[in-house]
Amino acid sequence: MIDPAQILIDAVSVGGLYALTALGIGLIFSVMRLANFAHAELVTVAAYMLFAFSGSPVAVAILVAIAAAVLLALATERIAFRPLRGADSATLLISSFAVSMFLQKLLVFLVGSRPKALDPLPALSRTVSIGSLQVSALKLVTIVVCLTLLAALTAFLKWTRFGLQMRASAENFTMSRLLGVRANAVIAIAFGLSGLLAAVVAVLFAAQSGFVQPRFGVQIVIIAFVATVIGGLGNLFGAAVGGFFVGVVTILLQAFLPAELRPFREAFLFVIVIAILLFRPQGLFPARNLKERV
Amino acid sequence: MTAIAGQGGGRQGSAETLAPLLSIRGLTVRYGPITALDGLSLDVGAGQVISIVGPNGAGKSSLLAAIAGTVKPAGGQVTFKGQPTIGQPLEQTVRRGIALVPEGRHVLASLTVLENLRLGATIRRDTAEAAREIEGFFKTFPILGERRNKSAGRLSGGEQQMLVIARALLSKPTLLMLDEPSLGLAPKITDQIYAMLASIREAGVSILVVEQNAARALRVADRTYVLNGGIIRMSGTEAELSGNPDFEAAYFGLAPRGGAQ
Ligand SMILES: Nc1ncnc2c1ncn2[C@@H]1O[C@H](COP(=O)(O)OP(=O)(O)OP(=O)(O)O)[C@@H](O)[C@H]1O
Ligand SMILES: [Mg+2]
Repeated sequence: MIDPAQILIDAVSVGGLYALTALGIGLIFSVMRLANFAHAELVTVAAYMLFAFSGSPVAVAILVAIAAAVLLALATERIAFRPLRGADSATLLISSFAVSMFLQKLLVFLVGSRPKALDPLPALSRTVSIGSLQVSALKLVTIVVCLTLLAALTAFLKWTRFGLQMRASAENFTMSRLLGVRANAVIAIAFGLSGLLAAVVAVLFAAQSGFVQPRFGVQIVIIAFVATVIGGLGNLFGAAVGGFFVGVVTILLQAFLPAELRPFREAFLFVIVIAILLFRPQGLFPARNLKERV
Repeated sequence: MTAIAGQGGGRQGSAETLAPLLSIRGLTVRYGPITALDGLSLDVGAGQVISIVGPNGAGKSSLLAAIAGTVKPAGGQVTFKGQPTIGQPLEQTVRRGIALVPEGRHVLASLTVLENLRLGATIRRDTAEAAREIEGFFKTFPILGERRNKSAGRLSGGEQQMLVIARALLSKPTLLMLDEPSLGLAPKITDQIYAMLASIREAGVSILVVEQNAARALRVADRTYVLNGGIIRMSGTEAELSGNPDFEAAYFGLAPRGGAQ
């Protein structure tokens, strides 16, 4: 018994989370050429904040989670990545691994590695009926929030001064700075936005999974990395599309794989990814300029 | 900044008696073992047009890059409006009033024509006035106006050159630096670009232009410097240099001090 409408809702709600995560990663990559694995810990720390503030009103817990992820994102930029600005991307990649591992181990040290149960959005743990369809309220809200954030981010990039500066920097940072774009401001805004996106993903994903542990963010960030690569590294539109694509494939595999193969869903996903990259090594939407010039 | 630009233009007549707008002393640029500029000195007075000529590899782009701050000099001083510029963050360059139109144009191809121009005005707070200037530019160059919402990467070479010059001007610079603005363009387009430079000069903006086309470089400038092997071999006005056999010798590196080739 597989209802196509149900599958669509599942796919979009899962894909939306991957898309927001892929965008958070893509924003940093496009301005700094940094593939930031520590994005995972932004998600994880935000989720722990939700756990820590589970006694407070939902809005307070969410605001604290957002503030924590944004501050952590800015701190990693200032302390770990700014000194490496202009280093080659292998160096940046390795340092982001180091930051990620450091934060993960720090969390294990501080809160232990046992999963903690949490329910950040209790009001949404019910179903809504749309016609004959019974839909989880959480999934509907996830879809609405993801689409709203995508639209807001698009508007920011398209219509604001900083959005224009960010797109210009993504193409040619040196030329943009010669025109007066402040590198520190643009990079800080990109990190701040990625923290915001990570926190929103943490809220929605924690509400779905119901627990948090030190590798909470890693599971979703690994898949989101796959999404950015499929979409075309450095292309934000591609990252969002890649996120939805991965969500849809995951849900389809879940729905149509024989039951005994379902635990290996991710393996099938990666096979599909490899197949795509064989035909389009730059991803579905290659970025225009990945090199610094001038 | 605007006020200072205005003063610069106004003082033009008595430029001799004042400190120059841009003053370069002993500037040396190295890339590893290669010395691109070797203790170069020159001045640009307020309202002046100075041109630099020289063969490939002479160090022309390195000079502009060192002034703009994209390359860190190994030695020497650059003073602009009385302030040292070396070692300052790159984004300060345009805020001081120095705009660079680099070699190879560098339109931002992923942005539209209009967005490229808006970015040129990104340091300004008088957004409405900048928008009016952009509209004025579209009136003067209707082809670009028609394509305002098209990707700037799709423009022809000449259109791209017009666009990057306009983009540089939108920051209201005191000094405009151009690196081979006519490179790879048809003579007719080159004429248009030099006509544009003449009107920019009328507006009181000082210009430092690098050019391989010696005749053009002499005609446009108050004073022309011949650069070869990272050293200034000769300098003078059009009257002094055009048809002067020493000028050609200097250009091709045959001057007494020895050159690149
Ligand atoms: N980034 C760099 N790394 C190493 N060497 C460089 C670099 N940029 C320039 N050079 C060298 O420095 C010297 C001067 O180069 P520069 O680009 O300033 O000359 P140019 O006069 O602008 O030449 P062209 O007319 O070809 O543009 C050349 O020998 C060049 O090979
Ligand atoms: Mg050059």
